[in-house]
Amino acid sequence: MFQVRIHGRGGQGVVTAAEMLSIAAFDEGRYAQAFPSFGSERMGAPVMAFCRIDAKEIRTREPVMQPDALIIQDPTLLHQVDLFSGLPSSGYIIINSSRSFDELGIGELLGKFAADHLCAVAASELAMKFVGRPLPNAALLGGFAAISGQLRFDSVAKAISQKFPGKVGAANVAAARAAYELALSSIGSPVAHA
Amino acid sequence: MLKQMEGSLAVAQAVALCRPEVICAYPITPQTHIVEGLGEMVKYGELTNCEFINVESEFAALSVAIGASAAGARSYTATASQGILFMAEAVYNAAGLGLPIVMTIGNRAIGAPINIWNDHSDSMALRDAGWIQLFAETNQEAADLHIQAFRLAEELSCPVMVCVDGFILTHAYDRVDIPDQAQVDAYLPPFEPVQVLDCKDPVSIGAMVGPEAFFEVRYLQHHKQDRALDRIPQLAAEFKAQFGRDSGGLIRSYRCDDAETIVVALGSLVGTVKDAVDEARAAGSQIGVVSICSFRPFPLKQVRAALQSAKRVVVLEKCLAVGIGGIVSDGVRKSLSGIQLKGYTVIAGLGGRPITKRSLLDLFASAARDELQELNFLDLNWDVVHRELERGRQQRRAGPTAENILRDVGVTGARVA
Repeated sequence: MFQVRIHGRGGQGVVTAAEMLSIAAFDEGRYAQAFPSFGSERMGAPVMAFCRIDAKEIRTREPVMQPDALIIQDPTLLHQVDLFSGLPSSGYIIINSSRSFDELGIGELLGKFAADHLCAVAASELAMKFVGRPLPNAALLGGFAAISGQLRFDSVAKAISQKFPGKVGAANVAAARAAYELALSSIGSPVAHA
Repeated sequence: MLKQMEGSLAVAQAVALCRPEVICAYPITPQTHIVEGLGEMVKYGELTNCEFINVESEFAALSVAIGASAAGARSYTATASQGILFMAEAVYNAAGLGLPIVMTIGNRAIGAPINIWNDHSDSMALRDAGWIQLFAETNQEAADLHIQAFRLAEELSCPVMVCVDGFILTHAYDRVDIPDQAQVDAYLPPFEPVQVLDCKDPVSIGAMVGPEAFFEVRYLQHHKQDRALDRIPQLAAEFKAQFGRDSGGLIRSYRCDDAETIVVALGSLVGTVKDAVDEARAAGSQIGVVSICSFRPFPLKQVRAALQSAKRVVVLEKCLAVGIGGIVSDGVRKSLSGIQLKGYTVIAGLGGRPITKRSLLDLFASAARDELQELNFLDLNWDVVHRELERGRQQRRAGPTAENILRDVGVTGARVA
């Protein structure tokens, strides 16, 4: 089982991101379970959502306490929430930031993680460029697919289009593709158009 | 057709396939997405021959469903938490009048303190109102139970609640197989009411009944629930024949054959318990779980048969009957009348407190050593409790408990100044 925990703020599409991940995994014939943790339901408040992916039926309903990957939609949470709780040193982290992990002041803290498991991508900027709104969730899923290797980009793109039909979906897919390519090059992989 | 979808939408689509004619809705978290989904289907013409009525309260929601059902319409509503309490009078009326309404409960705690998260306090509060209560373990079962519920309700002329854990199921995206219309039509015949308000053949429904007849009317409600004990497994078997999967029934046993310890649970918690049981089994424990799908009627005989060979029974409950402890435990102990085995009640998950596999494994280990109390509270923070009790001892005007505890655990948002 592969478990993802997504952190962000109310209004950033955290829950939707987890749902899209689950749709992408389902599309690949796997079992997936996405669910929110409504700490508080206010715009701007810290929000978490979870996604589990497995080859067999997922029965557990407990929150994800030991994630294999973290998607951090808002870097301002770094000093507010214990984001890395339960993440083993083999874990993956993708963060929405135009700054590097060192510039964010967490390079040392994350020293035990493999460099190619870490990725900072300016997802809000990409979303502004392609979608016209600073909603980073879809772009980060592209980045997640690139660094984790858990999902094909095409499945992620399909899930985004399913959730957001039409132009909005296409724009979000474009943002996700840009993030996917940036993430691949940041971890030193040749850009592969899946 | 297999889809990855939200539990609420799966329930909405299953209800729509049952061809409801009147849906009355008043939104309350975590039920809202279900009625929103149905509202959309009616508005966009995907669900035809159905009137979607926005009402002004939960009391109105069920009252309108009662009127619609009495007029011969297949009627549906959904609610949760304070909503079911607000409609409590109508809940009894629907059952007392014998109207086959189906209502989804998106199970949620009851205030005060106000809390939107999951436990079973809401539907448990109305457990003796004369409705059948079915608990869903998964979103697949939540969808399937609604199809069975309309058939059961209409056969017996008795209302049915389908209890679906709020957020944990209602807001979870899962794989759900949504049947096609022809399959559902083959399973669920059109509604043929046993009583109907019909201008051409007038009757009155809802008579004042004195001591000469009230007892008999009430007894007949109990008789319906007895009949449901026979029909629920039969309808689950027919469902399997039509749809090809197990859903519903009275109870289900998992790895209980040689089990010394049997856990009893309801709803979505059963999934986490099964994972914990597998892990405990791998470590050598003889443990299994019985999940109760039909809480009303309570299947005393079936529970007795499932538990009687065990050495101990651990009843996990998401509701605290303040002043006594467990509610499910009462039924379980009654079912075991005359059988000597150890029985433990464990209250867990109140107000959305997560129930983790880790805590369950510790609990199972304590149970196997018979170290549990008769009544236990899983992952209750005793330090917090003791500090609040101490504040009460220190000063008479200790202040409001919920606010004191929020301050204690450091949730500053609740602080007033």
